[in-house]
Amino acid sequence: MSNTTPATDIFAAFRSHLEAEQELREEIRVVVRELEQTAREIQTELQAVHQQNGIKNISVLCEKSYSMFDVVREQLTKLSQKIPLNQYYRFHDHWRFVIQRLSFLAAFLKFLQSEQLISREDTANLLGVKVDKNDGFQLDLEDYLMGLLTLSNELARLAVNSVTAGDCFLPVKIAKFVGELDSGFRLLNLKNDSLRKRFDGLKYDLKKVEEIVYDLTIRGLKPKDGATGDIN
Amino acid sequence: MSDKQSKNEMTGRGGECDFKRKRNNDRPVDTSSPVIQAFQLFQDELDLKHNKHERLVKMSRDITIESKRIIFLLHRIVGAEDPASILDQALEKLKIVQQTKFHPVAMELQNEDPYQFIRAYTAGVQEYIEALSFYYYLKEKRLITLEEVQRDLFFNGPLVEQDDCKQMKSDTAEVKGDNSMSILITPVDFMLGLADLTGELMRLSINSAGAGDLDVPFSVCDFLKTIQTGFMTFGNLCKEVSKKMYTLKQSLQKVETACYTLQIRGSEVPKHMLADILSTATMSGPSHFAEDSLVDI
Repeated sequence: MSNTTPATDIFAAFRSHLEAEQELREEIRVVVRELEQTAREIQTELQAVHQQNGIKNISVLCEKSYSMFDVVREQLTKLSQKIPLNQYYRFHDHWRFVIQRLSFLAAFLKFLQSEQLISREDTANLLGVKVDKNDGFQLDLEDYLMGLLTLSNELARLAVNSVTAGDCFLPVKIAKFVGELDSGFRLLNLKNDSLRKRFDGLKYDLKKVEEIVYDLTIRGLKPKDGATGDIN
Repeated sequence: MSDKQSKNEMTGRGGECDFKRKRNNDRPVDTSSPVIQAFQLFQDELDLKHNKHERLVKMSRDITIESKRIIFLLHRIVGAEDPASILDQALEKLKIVQQTKFHPVAMELQNEDPYQFIRAYTAGVQEYIEALSFYYYLKEKRLITLEEVQRDLFFNGPLVEQDDCKQMKSDTAEVKGDNSMSILITPVDFMLGLADLTGELMRLSINSAGAGDLDVPFSVCDFLKTIQTGFMTFGNLCKEVSKKMYTLKQSLQKVETACYTLQIRGSEVPKHMLADILSTATMSGPSHFAEDSLVDI
């Protein structure tokens, strides 16, 4: 059929391919930018937890941020509709970062609500994406894991601030949580990639929270089982 | 523990690995914890992915090696007694690469998003396109199309007995119900392969001139010009392309100089001396291609 295809046609076909791709990438960029904005808003909301009165009102904060994920789901659905079947990874770089941040926020929210590790399924559900790539726009495992590593960093900070706010209970829970996360990550055979680099930072987070627990313990501030954990 | 850690920091990466292994042994993981259970699943999934990636990198390397051999074979067509037999040999080798090298790649990629692993095998694909398009040029004096490349990389059914669980999975997937599979050649890879082709064409042109063929250099020169014009119709794609464009420009310049020399002095110089003249004429170029490409003549 193409026995007579002249070279100029081959290049013309390539050019139109490039143009179509450019256009699609531009559309993706627009949606991703909106998504980034939403992620920033949720993050700002959750940042209040580091403040004195924020820690006391965790449930209010959580409710509010939880409802903000409605927008995330809407925007991610919009994004997923733009991606042709089996081409997720062709454009992955566009949304990789924002998905990582969103899964961090989901994990943070879950921790604040229940002090538990969010599962991959729950993260996907909260974001309105799928776990299995055969079901549609998915949550890449490495992006989810990256979100968890960001969480450990954030929790180390929260441990410091919760002590300042007079809560000695939370740091102990955080230490247990981060410790467990650390043993989990140790099971993974990571390649020399960004996830690995990020994982290398996990031990510092762990060290930080363990030191806080140590400080509390030697001063006799570490709550006994069943205690309320208030300094006063 | 923090003591141990800081010691480890100083010993650097190698030490870190030892350290981790030790730690894992020291403190057996609590397999009943849901977190650990989840991470064990993640471990399996990541390992599967990384292994697949590694396998593809290896296959890609094999494809590169084989393709390079085919290109060398095709270069021997210059001055060959029986050019047709060389083309036949090359075609046979290309078929072997398709059946024994690309088919396993296609099987690895079945039911995967091809873009997820594309970086693992793109090098092999480009080299293969270079070999295939060189073959097409020598045989039909024209540029191969992407459809023609793609056509050879369409496979039906598994190569050997393959595990059935993979097949079962594909039934639930919405992809193709049958056993057919193919390797996706992205237009960008195709273009990068063609950019590499120009280097071979340059070598072909100079070698032919050296061997006393006065037609090939001119037709190659025209062909190269068409390709270069084609590449100029779109802007800078990526670093890789602009690097190749620079090489293409140099190649074209060498061929143009050679053609110029042939035109102006070809009639006055005996054929067996052309090689020497060309080597000096093109030496002024920024590269040393003249020596190494003429050595084997």
